[in-house]
Amino acid sequence: MTTAKLVVDRVRMAFPRRGKEPVVALEEISLTVAEEEFVVIVGPSGCGKSTLLRLVAGLVEPSAGRILLDGREIDGPSADRGMVFQSYTLFPWLTVRRNVEFGLSLRGVAAAERQRVARRFITEVGLEGFEDAYPEQLSGGMRQRTALARALANDPEILLMDEPFGALDSQTRQLMQELLLRIWEHAHKTVLFITHDIDEAILLADRVLVMTARPGRIKKELAIGLPRPRDISLLTVPAFMAYKREVLGLLHEEAVRAERSRNEVGGA
Amino acid sequence: MELRRILAPKEEIPAGLRLALGLLTGISFLALWSWLTYGGLVRADFLAPPHEVLMAGIRGLERGTLLRHVQASLIVILSGFALASILAVPLGILMGSFQVVAAVLEPITGFMRYLPVSALIPLLILWVGIGIEEKIAVIFLGTFFQQLILVSDVSARVSKDLIDCSYTLGANRRQVVTRVLFPACLPGVMDNLRVTMGWAWTYLVVAELVAANSGLGYMILNAMRGLFTDVILLGIFVIGFLGLLTDQIFKWIRRWLIPWSPAF
Repeated sequence: MTTAKLVVDRVRMAFPRRGKEPVVALEEISLTVAEEEFVVIVGPSGCGKSTLLRLVAGLVEPSAGRILLDGREIDGPSADRGMVFQSYTLFPWLTVRRNVEFGLSLRGVAAAERQRVARRFITEVGLEGFEDAYPEQLSGGMRQRTALARALANDPEILLMDEPFGALDSQTRQLMQELLLRIWEHAHKTVLFITHDIDEAILLADRVLVMTARPGRIKKELAIGLPRPRDISLLTVPAFMAYKREVLGLLHEEAVRAERSRNEVGGA
Repeated sequence: MELRRILAPKEEIPAGLRLALGLLTGISFLALWSWLTYGGLVRADFLAPPHEVLMAGIRGLERGTLLRHVQASLIVILSGFALASILAVPLGILMGSFQVVAAVLEPITGFMRYLPVSALIPLLILWVGIGIEEKIAVIFLGTFFQQLILVSDVSARVSKDLIDCSYTLGANRRQVVTRVLFPACLPGVMDNLRVTMGWAWTYLVVAELVAANSGLGYMILNAMRGLFTDVILLGIFVIGFLGLLTDQIFKWIRRWLIPWSPAF
């Protein structure tokens, strides 16, 4: 493995509650993401995987532990960690072009350069002809394409993706997965991606990290040895199915555990 | 279209039917009014017949008094409303998104929002006198606290993800406020300004209750002394019409200012 781009070092996250025990979302979680690696985290719902991504983004501070990007401890959010959210987060008052330019305009990049970069990424996500449309006029898939272009236009060191295709219908989701594969395979960004969709995880990842139920830890790490370039025809290949069986088994154990602990809490 | 569809909840009705029903309401109202007055069921000093109200309007226009009253009222309403909006909009946006600002302002807004403005008039007279300032102050107090609460609610509803997303694009806190929070609040702010503009009109008569010598509220109150119900009704109609007009103007401004967000 090459040098670590991102290091999450024994991070613990507990949310205080008034008059009760704090909720421990993450317990001593450690992981690394190598330069230009595509890592996908899967886990049962409520396992703290979104919290982990928000910690890396710097949107929340860990209760303990450190997060390092390129060897420097992160301190708050910054443009070097771009994020794509599950919810639609385009700025509704800006056109597609201006949304994509947003990060650059915050830094005072000149208009000509902004337009050049925006044009490139709008083309890359296949939105030519929609530059002057407002988000309101776009479908869900097109909105997430714009959000992806907006994050990429900022040229972040690492791209954080929090179930970005979770709200899309399954056909659109597959198109978006293929789009992301195509972009990643020639842009070679470092990506940390979160999902609860097992197919999506295996299709996209160099490495899949399976999380335990809350409090979240890394249960198992799987290197995905499927050849690239990939596309969705991979979904029916025996090697893919074998990975899928393994991840399904791991997640099922956790789902059962999560259900049991919920019932215990409920009964107590 | 069959009746069952028309009378089902949330079903569209044809535009022609909508217009016809609206006209029917207007005509029925006029018919009822004519029947009560021309039919001799109600005395003219209780309710003036339609043509007398019309004549009062024409008289007022000829003498120039009606326009003078309209102008006086517009100055009061628009000054009070503008002053309230200029302060309430930025303050409300900050109040809805910064808990510190909310904590400071909530004791005041929580108390003031239930106070009838008329209860404050004696104090206003003592403090700002009986000139136009007092009338503007009534409109100001009647709209400011309502606007503050409504705008703060708009601001509180701006999605946290939108703010977080701006941070990950490199925005600092100041940029998040000026370049994300403010524009994100704009449609809600415009809608609430439109609503509170309507409320401002409802305070007009209260504002012109004391020591006024012009304005539509004054015109109505003055006409009461002589039982000139035609002038009273004229005043009511003019206020209603101006209210509708300002509402339309707000709709146009919103459409022009915010082409990216469909109005409700």
